[in-house]
Amino acid sequence: MSNINLLLFGIYPYIAIFICLVASWIRFDREPYTWKADSSQMLRKQGFRVASNLFHVGVIFILLGHFVGLLMPESIYHHFISSADKQMLAMVSGGFFGVLCLIGLIMLIKRRLADDRVSASSKTSDIVVLLMLLIQLILGLLTIVVSMDHLDGSVMVLLGNWAQSIVTFQPLEAAASIGSVHIIYKLHVFVGLSMILMIPFTRLVHVISAPIWYFGRKYQVVRER
Amino acid sequence: MKIRSQIGMVLNLDKCIGCHTCSITCKNVWTSREGMEYAWFNNVETKPGIGYPKDWEDQDKWNGGWVRKSNGDIQPKIGGKFRVLANIFANPDLPEIDDYYEPFDYDYQHLHTAPESKHQPTARPRSLISGKRMEKIEWGPNWEEILGTEFEKRSKDKNFDNMQKEIYGEYENTFMMYLPRLCEHCLNPACAASCPSGAIYKREEDGIVLIDQDKCRGWRMCVSGCPYKKIYFNWKSGKSEKCIFCYPRIEAGMPTVCSETCVGRIRYLGVLLYDADKIKEVAASESETDLYERQLEIFLDPNDPEVIAQAKKDGITDSIIEAAQKSPVYKMAVDWKLALPLHPEYRTLPMVWYVPSLSPIQNAVEAGTLGMNGVIPDLKSLRIPMKYLANLLTAGDEFPVIRALERLLAMRAYKRAENVEGVEDIEVLKQAGLTKKQADEMYRYLAIANYEDRYVIPTGHREMNVPQAYGEKSGCGFTFGNGCGTGNSDVNMFGAKKVTRRDVIKTFKVGE
Repeated sequence: MSNINLLLFGIYPYIAIFICLVASWIRFDREPYTWKADSSQMLRKQGFRVASNLFHVGVIFILLGHFVGLLMPESIYHHFISSADKQMLAMVSGGFFGVLCLIGLIMLIKRRLADDRVSASSKTSDIVVLLMLLIQLILGLLTIVVSMDHLDGSVMVLLGNWAQSIVTFQPLEAAASIGSVHIIYKLHVFVGLSMILMIPFTRLVHVISAPIWYFGRKYQVVRER
Repeated sequence: MKIRSQIGMVLNLDKCIGCHTCSITCKNVWTSREGMEYAWFNNVETKPGIGYPKDWEDQDKWNGGWVRKSNGDIQPKIGGKFRVLANIFANPDLPEIDDYYEPFDYDYQHLHTAPESKHQPTARPRSLISGKRMEKIEWGPNWEEILGTEFEKRSKDKNFDNMQKEIYGEYENTFMMYLPRLCEHCLNPACAASCPSGAIYKREEDGIVLIDQDKCRGWRMCVSGCPYKKIYFNWKSGKSEKCIFCYPRIEAGMPTVCSETCVGRIRYLGVLLYDADKIKEVAASESETDLYERQLEIFLDPNDPEVIAQAKKDGITDSIIEAAQKSPVYKMAVDWKLALPLHPEYRTLPMVWYVPSLSPIQNAVEAGTLGMNGVIPDLKSLRIPMKYLANLLTAGDEFPVIRALERLLAMRAYKRAENVEGVEDIEVLKQAGLTKKQADEMYRYLAIANYEDRYVIPTGHREMNVPQAYGEKSGCGFTFGNGCGTGNSDVNMFGAKKVTRRDVIKTFKVGE
């Protein structure tokens, strides 16, 4: 069991991140024409505005929450908040945005599968991405239920230690930290890592291209010969 | 002063016969691929009508173009940068495919393969988007052709603003004209300004506005930003595409496909030199009716020695300056003031200009009450109302339209006097503010319209873009940014669809 644990949570994260970085680089360099958000809004507008905004607002909050929540060391956040309170904050805000995201996602999946025009222009990867997101989101929401059993923040600290060990290149400590947590968390982490691995091969690359540079540029672009 | 050059276009609406040859040749060359069937880089609309896509001129609905804020600055009407990014998940100003039309094909093969039956087999329509049967075609790229559909619907045309439009629904007072449309290759393009990725750019050397297909991420804000709705979202590639002004032809000194194939000889291509430093100030002019006159200020006289000296300093080659001196576009737009911009009130400073159309003189002739202003008939008796043309071309100001039409009529009267009566009627030219030399040239350019006069295009000197030409020898031509090969494998690791393959309608269904 501990070998599998080490493989999935000590080694697999590096494989996933490595493939994500290298394949994204290759795609950006060799296949820039494929790098896009791949919107289908113009094929069917009906209900899209609500669905897409719910989904994206939800998912962006959740991703930022994970980033800050997992990577901020205990020693820093203890100046502001206790572990138990932080867990409660994460459960409430994550739960709220998770539900928003879930509503949007279900609407988008329905649209993707049931609409003539959207389904005809879909790639397999578009559908796989949506279903993976659905699985991951449901697992994520289930972790809230599981967390009800331990409101002291101890599991959250273990998961934080796992993430912090990974980014500081300590795979053995990482695997050890996560070894004892509930299977739901482990599944959630595993699917999450798999989605990182999928990024360069799907439309998820558009996340990397979030156009924040727009704020900094002039309105007109003139290219010299 | 920073001088740049642009290849501009003028369309003489007075001679457009609405044959759609421009649209068809353009489509055959550029947009016959899957994902772009609905897109027409060039289309010809019958006016009055709501056009293609529906109501494109209604910026209260689509929010295209620029707005002038109270502090005198301008920003895209879809919103400032923050609002553009806030709407990136779902763009509220994006037309749906039905606003253009759902593209379709017919099951022609069924005519060959149908079994023997009592009734003749038919080729029924099928959607090119979903691949499904379409029972009824509700709209198409030119549904209003020659006043198709009811006046009630066509009268939604924004150019009827501030007009008593009801009388033009009456049979006796009805009027029509053709309006061929393409990308305006604006000096102040709103599409470029609204692109979050910065993928849309204007070329310094010829002013052509292009979308870098490798940098476009498909955020689709440009589609909304462009008030002419001349940017199309390719639903298959997930990227926006637009009229490229046939730049490979322009670089080689050849006219665009739409111009080359125009059977009415209505199109003109030529160089305009302009002062790039003035763009922002002019686009932000306070009054919308000033925009036309002020755009003329941006264009520089190519015969002025000072302009020539500055142009050379700014890296403009002699061949371009020479072409600018012979430019038919300069003559028609700046010298004779016959050509007018399309909807200058959008503040994009468009570079495809239109000579307004004359129209038959109304029943006034029969009634014997034709108002005459010297030899020139009173323009109020023309069938197409001045206000309509002014709303289309000069933000509602009738004066430039009247001046252009009077000059067209004066040139005709002058040539008629010369050829029929054998007299030189300078008086009529004076009345329209023309000299004899101008009128003779106008006749040559508008009536004779020789190929060499219509198209004065300097070659692009692309060799200057390649410092080491030897290294390019035997290299590859057009690519999608991945070197020479797209690979032989049908499977692309990154999910790219083959541009040359149709996925939705793979083949026909037999006997359905």
